[in-house]
Amino acid sequence: MAMKRFGDFLILLVALLALWQGLYAIAGETTITSPIATFAHLGQLMRTEQFWGHVTETGWAFAMAVMISLVGGIGLGTLLGLNRTSGVISEPILIALYSLPKVTLYPVVLLCFGLGISAKVAFGAMHGLIPVAIFTMKAIMQIKPVYLRTAQVLRLSPRQVALTIALPAVLPEVLVGARLGFSLSLLGVLIGEMFASKRGLGFLITNAMGLGDIATIMSVAVFLSIFAVAANALLLLIDRAIPR
Amino acid sequence: MTREGWIRLSVVLAFCVAVEALCRFGAIPHTVFIAPSEMVISMLDILRSGELNADILFTLRNVLFSSAIAVGLGFALGALIHSLPRARGAVEPLLASYYSIPTFMFYPVFIVVFGVGSQAIIAIAVLLSIVAMIASTLTGLDRIPSVLRKTARIFRMSPLARAVLIDLPAASPYLFTGVKLSFAYAFIGVIASEFILSGAGIGYSIAYAYNNFNNQRMYGLMLLVIIVATAANTALDTIDRRLQARLRR
Repeated sequence: MAMKRFGDFLILLVALLALWQGLYAIAGETTITSPIATFAHLGQLMRTEQFWGHVTETGWAFAMAVMISLVGGIGLGTLLGLNRTSGVISEPILIALYSLPKVTLYPVVLLCFGLGISAKVAFGAMHGLIPVAIFTMKAIMQIKPVYLRTAQVLRLSPRQVALTIALPAVLPEVLVGARLGFSLSLLGVLIGEMFASKRGLGFLITNAMGLGDIATIMSVAVFLSIFAVAANALLLLIDRAIPR
Repeated sequence: MTREGWIRLSVVLAFCVAVEALCRFGAIPHTVFIAPSEMVISMLDILRSGELNADILFTLRNVLFSSAIAVGLGFALGALIHSLPRARGAVEPLLASYYSIPTFMFYPVFIVVFGVGSQAIIAIAVLLSIVAMIASTLTGLDRIPSVLRKTARIFRMSPLARAVLIDLPAASPYLFTGVKLSFAYAFIGVIASEFILSGAGIGYSIAYAYNNFNNQRMYGLMLLVIIVATAANTALDTIDRRLQARLRR
């Protein structure tokens, strides 16, 4: 079964590559590059030191943004979720913030943090923190009351309740939020770099866009997609591994 | 309004008043952030003078177009994938990790293909929002109670009659969630594209005002975007909740 699914997935990958090649055949050399040319160009880029400089820059900003999103989001979600009233009050506000086009607010971030890595980190965290907070809060609010009553009956200490009841109960939901926060932080950092930065992969793309360098745009976009899908697959594996 | 609703309103108002006070007393420099009341005045000025009406309409039209395309095409693709279980098995992992891909990075490619203008913006907004619709269509079609399908068979309904009279209404709450998400994503996609590279639109006007240190106009436009997006999303969310509640009856 698993083998067959994997086989189907491979067929899909091949179909996607064929679609790409077909688009290339219709659109031509000037608009997009063929899959082979793109991977060749990516290989070339990956041999240059400059490229890894940009990757490191983006990587650092992304790592910090994810850390802030996770710690801040779980903290905020826990704080708001512990009390029913505060949860009910803040949920619509958080959801409104979540569906806001946050790019609009980028100039504010720039004015507050100046040009540089801190603005990118702040922008990434702005994207990632809210979904993590929403999922954590909802998970805590939806712990079945019977679990907590059982804990009372067993006279568990607060520490035991937290570790043996609350944590396992909320973990799956929090992981879903963390996955969302992970990818949105990446998007936030990249958009930040595209708009105002002189380093990083987002900058590399905007720069290439200015030069009309399609091969570089496609290579970087493919590089990022592969990274994102691989990271997501890893997080999904962790998600499957936890018992529920 | 419920008690929670009132508290929520007062929290938001208190926040605005606090920011207003901080700005008025100079704790936040005027070059960084302007007082909320000034934002409101600036927004009303922009709307009254009408000089940005063309940009506002440009953005709204693009959002409506791209969400309509995403909803229509997403529904068709979702229904198609649903009818092919094997293809679905293959596509599902892709759908699950789709939103982890920074789709936005492909915007420059669309600019090269379509040129700067509506087409590239709509293309990226559709790309961003269509998968939410596909996923919602799949869940919606999955969740149709099998008793309804059996009833359709008892009445000897034709496939078309069954689709229109049974499947569509039964799946509609889930489909509406897809519509809601598609709209939110399309809005984000359009504004973000205009921000990065465009010659018109609200996002472009904000970026332009930012580059010219025109804080008044920038914050006025931001407030407009926030109000429009929040109002639209809240309205869609309210309808969505009603439909979901009907499911639980």
